[in-house]
Amino acid sequence: MKVDASREVEVKGKLVTGADLLIKTLIDAEVDTVFGYPGGAVLPIYDALYRNETPFEHVLSRHEQGSIHAAEGYARVTGKPGVVIATSGPGATNLITGITDAMMDSIPLVIFTGQVAKSVIGTDAFQEADVMGITTPITKYNYQVNDIADLPRIVKEAFHIASTGRPGPVVVDIPKNISANITLDDYEDDFHLPGYQPTIKPNPLQIIKLADALSRAKRPLLLVGAGTLFADASEELKQFAEEYQLPVTTTLLGLGSFPGSNELSLGMAGMHGTYAANMGVYECDLLINIGARFDDRLTGNLEHFAPNAKVAHIDIDPAEIGKNIETHIPVVADAKKALVALLNAKIEMQGHQDWMDKLRKNKKDYPLWYERSNTLLSPQWLIEQVYKVSKGEAIVTTDVGQHQMWAAQFYTFDKPNNWVTSGGLGTMGFGFPAAVGAQLGRPDDLVISIVGDAGFQMTLQELSVVKHRNLPVKVIIVNNEALGMVRQWQESFYEERYSESLLSENPDFVKLAESYGIRGVRVDKEEDAVRVLEEIMAYDGPVVADFRVVRETSVYPMIAPGKGIHEMVGVKK
Amino acid sequence: MRRIITATVQDRGGVLNRITGMLHKRQFNIESISVGASEIEGISKMTFVVEISDRQKLEQLTKQLNKQIDVLKVSDITDKAMVARELALIKVVGSGHTRSEIQGIITPFRASVIDVSKDSMTIQVTGRPDKVDALIALLRPYGIKELTKTGVTAFLRGQQPEQVTELNSMSN
Repeated sequence: MKVDASREVEVKGKLVTGADLLIKTLIDAEVDTVFGYPGGAVLPIYDALYRNETPFEHVLSRHEQGSIHAAEGYARVTGKPGVVIATSGPGATNLITGITDAMMDSIPLVIFTGQVAKSVIGTDAFQEADVMGITTPITKYNYQVNDIADLPRIVKEAFHIASTGRPGPVVVDIPKNISANITLDDYEDDFHLPGYQPTIKPNPLQIIKLADALSRAKRPLLLVGAGTLFADASEELKQFAEEYQLPVTTTLLGLGSFPGSNELSLGMAGMHGTYAANMGVYECDLLINIGARFDDRLTGNLEHFAPNAKVAHIDIDPAEIGKNIETHIPVVADAKKALVALLNAKIEMQGHQDWMDKLRKNKKDYPLWYERSNTLLSPQWLIEQVYKVSKGEAIVTTDVGQHQMWAAQFYTFDKPNNWVTSGGLGTMGFGFPAAVGAQLGRPDDLVISIVGDAGFQMTLQELSVVKHRNLPVKVIIVNNEALGMVRQWQESFYEERYSESLLSENPDFVKLAESYGIRGVRVDKEEDAVRVLEEIMAYDGPVVADFRVVRETSVYPMIAPGKGIHEMVGVKK
Repeated sequence: MRRIITATVQDRGGVLNRITGMLHKRQFNIESISVGASEIEGISKMTFVVEISDRQKLEQLTKQLNKQIDVLKVSDITDKAMVARELALIKVVGSGHTRSEIQGIITPFRASVIDVSKDSMTIQVTGRPDKVDALIALLRPYGIKELTKTGVTAFLRGQQPEQVTELNSMSN
């Protein structure tokens, strides 16, 4: 296995290791950042990283889960695939949560896992795990490299599959003998994937049908998901909505695809969506879904979802159309291409002023609300101040739970790709490492990681990375000393039996940050909050801010499980 | 309803695992799968017999299969003119005079005896699944010691007549 580095000089340009080849293919793919963690089976790859001049940077995390969530955050804010390297066995299995998360939220990732040498695969060798078997159900595609000559083609295919069509994670499992062995420098990487030809352009007949339905609609509504973000279609979406004066609601992951402060925006729909958005869905007669997948947290009880509406669904993944909701006008296409086609179709609208008036009135009469606190901070008020102090321009990352919903509700996103959250999988511990990746991907932007006190403790070891690279990530801990959403459900549905959801033994987050050499601050009074927020946003470096909020606060409005989208509770104070 | 679905797939490592895993994850009820080489090198043919509750689920199944990167083509051939066959090997208790009785039973099925031992005989039958099942039912009273089936493999007939419903009797 030993690579004699001195030999490289005499055979330069001719013989290289598989690992060197891998690095060349990463350069070909124009990778600028690689997230990873070394280990036995990837030693040849890390040796090649050491020996070669690479135009990309390797970011060492402190746990493989940190690498993969960072790669997700990077991909989410840059639109480029996130690249991860991990070793075999535990290195690879530590990635599983992130791979699944990326699969659920369609995040493009290319993940390289080391594998034991081909000669011992299948013998339960040291640090062997069946990565192909484990990752098959959670990847868009996966490969094991069995021949060094296939490596460049496979890497090229992996980037192509991850980043086109409906994006997703692709795993490339590389046995140690493949990365260590010597091969010739010239290679073929042409590929042909006859079974993978995503439909990009919409069928013109379907566009005509949709235009026709729109021309008849009295109560139209656009429901927008992350598909518009992946298609880079925000501008077209805005034009389309404004041209025809169409109200817009977004999914959790679609936030920012349409300006939240635009007059036509109804805010987020779903379990903790706004009254105006949810009633809009309930009462509309034409629902045009652009790049959303009718997730159960959006729809609530399917029986009551848009019961009187004709449903049109634009999606690049045909399997999403008709999966949960019967669709009358399916349009398989890239969201941008479909929106351009719709903009080119001259549609004579009937006029729907009454509908717009009603929605506007709902928006005015039933805004999101909360109660101010005179003890600790009110969490929603805190998010509003974060929004104000950062002028709504920050990249915001979150975990899952109450703080996530409050961030979605009270931080208004006017620009695309500034919102990084774990939607489908709902992963605690996602937000902070995702902020690391987001900051590396967009170094000039303000990155705020809004996390809960529980979720932060799942991946806070990444503070080392933040310190090491002096990444100016601002961690805002919405600290209610509880697993807030679990606590809320136990209050609402389990007669206040707070089973294992209250955290009385939290660390001192300020001292914890300081032990990493990072600035820490604690705020427990409203009067200090804004000043501290202004200070930390202006500070050129990482900050961990522990904001103590009222534990008993719940997220409202809420559609209880099993209820219809119109059956919200807590719509008013 | 029972449907026969065929898929043409790239013969890559793990393709069967990926497809069966997806079917399991999405809770499709598979009666049988058969996989084998096709007329083109590197391309395999799969035949699924599935029990499916409604059209919407059926559409999901074909879409999810089509979504797989190694899958080239998916066809639901249930309502087309097709040939569908399976093979069964049946080891039946049989010695002395029951042997000739069993011979008499299997003859109309054009099944054959492929192995005989002191107290048993092994019968090979190929045909439409209902025919195979009928023979198994007839042999059961003699005592079936062992039974194995390949699952259905199928493709379209060379010519598609206008009315095809009569031709297929997969539903039973």
